Formats: sequence, structure tokens, C-alpha cells
Amino acid sequence: MAIEVLMPALSPTMTEGTLARWLKKEGDAVSSGDVLAEIETDKATMEVEAVDEGILGRTLVAEGTQGVAVNTPIAILVAEGEDVPENLQQAQSSSSAETSAPEENTAPEAAVAKKTVAPASVSLPNAEPEKDWGETAEITVREALNQAMAAELRRDPDVFLLGEEVAQYQGAYKISQGLLAEFGEKRIIDMPITEHGFTGMAVGAALTGLKPIVEFMTMNFSMQAIDHIINSAAKTLYMSGGQMGCPIVFRGPNGAAARVGAQHSQCYGSWYAHVPGLKVIAPWSAADAKGLLRAAIRDPNPVVFLENEILYGRKFECPTDEDFILPIGKAKIERVGTDVTIVAFSIMVGTALQAAEQLAEQGIQAEVINLRTLRPLDTATIVESVKKTSRLVTVEEGWPFAGIGAEVAMQIIEHAFDWLDAPPVRIAGEDVPMPFAANLEKLALPQPQHIIDAVKGLV
Amino acid sequence: MEAGKTIAQKTGGNGPSLTREQFTQAFHDMLLIRRFEEKAGQLYGMGLIGGFCHLYIGQEAVVVGIQMALKDGDKIITSYRDHGQMLAAGMTARGVMAELTGRATGYSHGKGGSMHMFSREKNFYGGHGIVGAQVALGIGLAFANKYRGTDEVSIAYFGDGAANQGQVYESFNLAALHKLPCIFVIENNLYGMGTSIERASASHELWRNGEPWGIPGRRVDGMDIATVHEAAVEAVAHCRAGKGPYLLEMMTYRYRGHSMSDPAKYRKREEVDTVRKTRDPIDHVRQILLDAGVEDATLRSIENDVKAVVNDCAEFAQTSPEPDPAELYTDVLLEA
Repeated sequence: MAIEVLMPALSPTMTEGTLARWLKKEGDAVSSGDVLAEIETDKATMEVEAVDEGILGRTLVAEGTQGVAVNTPIAILVAEGEDVPENLQQAQSSSSAETSAPEENTAPEAAVAKKTVAPASVSLPNAEPEKDWGETAEITVREALNQAMAAELRRDPDVFLLGEEVAQYQGAYKISQGLLAEFGEKRIIDMPITEHGFTGMAVGAALTGLKPIVEFMTMNFSMQAIDHIINSAAKTLYMSGGQMGCPIVFRGPNGAAARVGAQHSQCYGSWYAHVPGLKVIAPWSAADAKGLLRAAIRDPNPVVFLENEILYGRKFECPTDEDFILPIGKAKIERVGTDVTIVAFSIMVGTALQAAEQLAEQGIQAEVINLRTLRPLDTATIVESVKKTSRLVTVEEGWPFAGIGAEVAMQIIEHAFDWLDAPPVRIAGEDVPMPFAANLEKLALPQPQHIIDAVKGLV
Repeated sequence: MEAGKTIAQKTGGNGPSLTREQFTQAFHDMLLIRRFEEKAGQLYGMGLIGGFCHLYIGQEAVVVGIQMALKDGDKIITSYRDHGQMLAAGMTARGVMAELTGRATGYSHGKGGSMHMFSREKNFYGGHGIVGAQVALGIGLAFANKYRGTDEVSIAYFGDGAANQGQVYESFNLAALHKLPCIFVIENNLYGMGTSIERASASHELWRNGEPWGIPGRRVDGMDIATVHEAAVEAVAHCRAGKGPYLLEMMTYRYRGHSMSDPAKYRKREEVDTVRKTRDPIDHVRQILLDAGVEDATLRSIENDVKAVVNDCAEFAQTSPEPDPAELYTDVLLEA
């Protein structure tokens, strides 16, 4: 039964060490867990424990030997009464054992080859026109969100809403008005001000298959809970080899409101859109809000749903069809044009449309794309548009550095570079924390004139 | 001693003790964890397991004793020191060891590793690498039990190192407020990585940390299987009855460093040796069984069975293929 005891690696980077001291002598009985020897590296002294039981038949490396390569046999364990076999009696010299260090990288070639994001990943443009849902009625974005949640709560008993002030108070922004009365306190649940805890709780419930909607009073407070959104919700499906999906929606107002200062005025679009395993939606109109929130609640993945407080009270035409729903991952061309493509999301879609109207008066026809979904990005629709207009302007309220505009521009460079007649231009919020003073706040946010100026510089 | 007769040994309370069969089963289950972890340490030393690897050696009585108080459908979640919980929950040694070596046959197809493993089938919800995150997730599992109207309970394990994370107290509050059937199990092994509990926590009685929220707590000798089991039975009964959460502080000890690359110089060798010699949970059960008339040969036979399982899983974990390169892109999102 002779068993070789090998020089262990005690960290992922250790390749050799010093055998400092033997704590067992030849002839000693050892059992599992006994410390046989001490080894030293430049970082630490560690103990070598026996994994098997037997008699320490022979030590093959003397105390004090330096440069003993990992996996070199250092001793032989034998059964009681057994001799050390001849062929095991010689220690491999440490120099001849140099090949036995653990291989750092045994991944097949194919697995390491893919260092770049393949530009070929753009699917063909959505040939299908958006479904005509028929009759519409004018409703606010607030009503649209409320109707979407009510419809999905009716449809699926596993759906529930939790957050601060969502039940008895009827929602800090009245998005959940009336839901407690219809669905009761089991499904519309007030939470204490404890975002980290209740988000973790909701994610845990979602891992069992329930479908929580987590309302953040504003997305700024989701920072308290971002570990659960990313580490617990977005990554678990992958880390579990596909066993544990997390059907959950994180929603709330995002970006600047009005005069609420730096800590309550930030766009988290690029933060969340950065993360594989999440879907990120940023609706503009009431129809976007209703159709996409329904889709988000039905989606089996974690979805971050970025609303906008200023838009809550705005009215838009919205289909009245009871089954109205929109697909995640599909942008909408809000205005057709030929001279420049303006890409925007959330409240900036309105700003872009205002700019486009003024540009039209000056003879410039802008195409305005409402992204609707930030992840997965509908690159195909943007690429098709730029192939037509040859110019790109992106608009967002958030900061420019590593923002959504930067990503959209890069996608165009990868997929439609040869069609561009001018460098893409980003319009974004100023690269400063949001100021409080009315005049400074206005200066910090993109205005229609910024877009007009940018377009005029391109055409 | 007659088979089936209760061995009234050090139960520490008035609850049910364990039968000879249960002690025998516990001996097997604890020994499996011990030998599995020793083998994992060995494979790590050979470079076959990479990254972080946190061994459970010394703490075996905790998970085995609690698991014996559970029923099918009860849910379990823990930290990154998770191999013991998984084996106790009935996950296969092969699947766990193959995940440790990063192979396609591992529970997460090699995409999770030592700290991130799951089993929907065994109601094991991970395996979490962020200290304390599993506690908030754990009350979510309990929330789901209650939402669905079952009498299932959830066990959220965490260490003394996690006990002062803010979200743990948010979770205590939420669980008590909503009467969630969650048993918080603090595995107090006296060290959060290299920092002793005295140096890390102003509260040294962690079992009392739920008091402000009215959560009943108990300090338990986590090295004694019967005591652990008796306390778990009491906690489970409390939760199943809809009385809300319960807190168990299991006084235990890890023999190895925090992870494989921790030389554990913050404590004396004699401290470890003393615990091993005087409080070892497996030696303790072995002695109980011998005193009860179980033959040494019976225990030897169990040891051989365990050894065979561990050798088999190590072989499996070394010979299984690595995940297919295509696996890199799967399991990011589910099809809508």
C-alpha cells in the first residue's frame, strides 16, 4: 500500500518551498490529520498534514532542503510491517522535479482564444414591424406602471410587490396606488428602510421561483443593495450551472428629478447595463412603461427597470388592449429621418424629439431612436439607421465617461464604421455631481440646443 | 445496547436524544465530511483544486446534527465554507469534488467552484462568497416558505466573522417583523479569518444578538452531535409552529486555516491540538458508540466505506473532463 506524500502547494502561486522541519520520524505511526512536516515559502510557514494513515516508512527530503518543487515526493507511507518498495526509495532531486509544478492554465485553446467581443454578434435587423395593438387612450406613465403591475399581479399569484411605502402609503410616487386594496398585504408589502436586507430577501425568494417586484423609492438607494442585485441575482444562474434562475424586477425612478441634489440625481443606466446576467430597461412613454414592465415581470431573469420621476405625470397614447406587452431588447424608431441618427433613452427621448422638430425647421431630418432596453442593446436597429444617415449622436442624462453613449458609439464603430461620414458625438450630463441651484442644475443636463449644435457640427 | 434505544448522552436539554442508529449514521456522515475535506486539502496541495478552498474540518457535528432535525423541503444556505453543508444535505461527493476541480461533472459544471455550488434537488441554495449575503438571502427562502403556505423552514448558516455585517441585523429585523421560519445558525469557530472574536466583536454572546428583535437564541456545544441535534429540534419546532425566527450559536472550531493559503499563525498549535484531543466531534461519537457496545469492527467498516467513497470521488474529479468551451457562454440568461 506504499503511498507517496507529495510536496504540497499551499497557494495558487506556489511552485516550490523549503522543507523546514520533520515533525514525524521514520517508523512513526501517522493517522489522517497528523502534521508530518513544516514547509516554508517566502510568504508563510505551513504544515503538511497526513491524508492517509500508516507508518512513515521513509523521508525522502532532508530537513532544511530548499527549492523543493511542488508535487515532489517527500516521504513514503507504508502499512505496518511493510517495507518501502525499492522503486520509491530515491527522492527525485528537486531540479528534476521542476516539471511537476501545477499547471496554471490547462484550459483548451478554444476557451482562451475569444479575447475580443465578436462584432458578428449583431443579429439581422428586426424585419418585423412593431405589432399594431389597435385602439389607444391617453394615460400617464404613472398609470401605465400601475396598470402593468396590477395586470401581472392578477395574472400570476407568484408575483408580489415589496418596498418602502408601497402598501399603506400607496407609494412614495403613487405608482402602487390601490394595489393594497385589490391584492392585500400578503402581496403588497411595506418594507422598513433597509434596502440591503429586503433586496437580499427578495432575491432569496426569487431563487425559489417566486417573482418579486422590488420598488426602490429611487434607484439611488439601490446602491445600498447593489451587491444582491449583481452578486446574488445576476450571477447565480451562471454559478449554479443553470440550476437557479432569479425572476425578479428591481424598479424605481432613476436619474435627475428636479432640485434634489447630487445624492438623489444619478443615472444608473451604464452601471447596471455593464453586468451580464441582468436585463436593463429604461422606458420613455406610457406605452413603453406598461408594455415593458409587463414583459419584465414575466421574464425569468433579473431585470432592472429604470423609471423617471419627471415622466411619471406625463401623458402619452397607450394601447388599451388587455394583452398589450412589448418585447425586451427592441428599440423603437420614434421619428424617421435621413440626415442623422439620434439615439436616446428615458426622458432624453423627449429632448431628442424636441431637437429633431427644430432641426426639421432648418431642413435637417433627424431619425430618433428610443432605445427602450439598454441590455440587451438593440444594436441592429441603430446600425441600420446609421447605414442610412451616416451620422450618430447619442444623448443621455448620465455622465459621459464609460456611459451608454460610449457603448453605442463603439457598437457603431465595430459594425458600421465604413458608413460613417463623421465621428460619432456624445451628448451627456456634465461630468460633475448634480448641483442644487436651479441655474446650475439646468447647465448640468442635456438640453435640446446641445443636440441641435452637435447635429449641425456633423451635417 | 439494544438497537433503536435512545442513548441519553450529553444532550444538554430535555429534548429527544439520538438512537444508536442515529449516532451510527451521524458517525458516518461526519466522517465522510472529514475525509472528504482532507482529500480536498490534498488535491489542493497537488494543484488540482485552484483558487480559494475553505475546509470544514472540526465543525462536522454542526451540519450533521442540524440536518438530522430537518425534513424534505427545508432549505439551506451558507457561506463559502460550504462543503460540509452540501454533503450533509445529501449532495454527492462526486459532484462536489468535481466542482472543486472545475470539471464538467461538478454541480455547477465547473462554473462555480468551491464557494459557489447549488442543488435545486436538495434545496441547497449555495455556497455564497460574499460574507453575510447568505443571511438576507436565507430569510428570502423562509419568506418563500411562508408565502407558499408550507411549514418548511430555512437554515441560514454564517460564521462569527459575518455576525457583525449590517445586513445580518436587517435580516433579523425583517425575519422577526414578518415571523419568517428561518433558523439563523452562527458557526462560531472563534476566528473570522485571522481575527479572533474578542478582537472583532464587542458582543461575545452572539446567541443574544437577536434579543432586540425578540428572537430566541441558544448557545450550543457545536462539538457534541446530540446537543446540536436537540437544539436544532427545538429551533425547528419553533419555526414550524409559525413563531418566527430562532438563533443558534454553535460553539465550534476549525482545525485548518481560514483557507488553504492561511498558515493560521494567529493561534497557537497547542490550542488546535487541545481541541482535537479533547473535543473532537467524531472521536466523541466514536466513544459513545463503543461505550454503547458497538463493535470496533463495525466502525472500521464504516471508515472503509467512507474511504472508498472519498477515493472514488477524488478519482472521478480528476478524470472527469473540463467543461466544454461552449459552456463559457451558457447559463448567463434564461430564455424568456
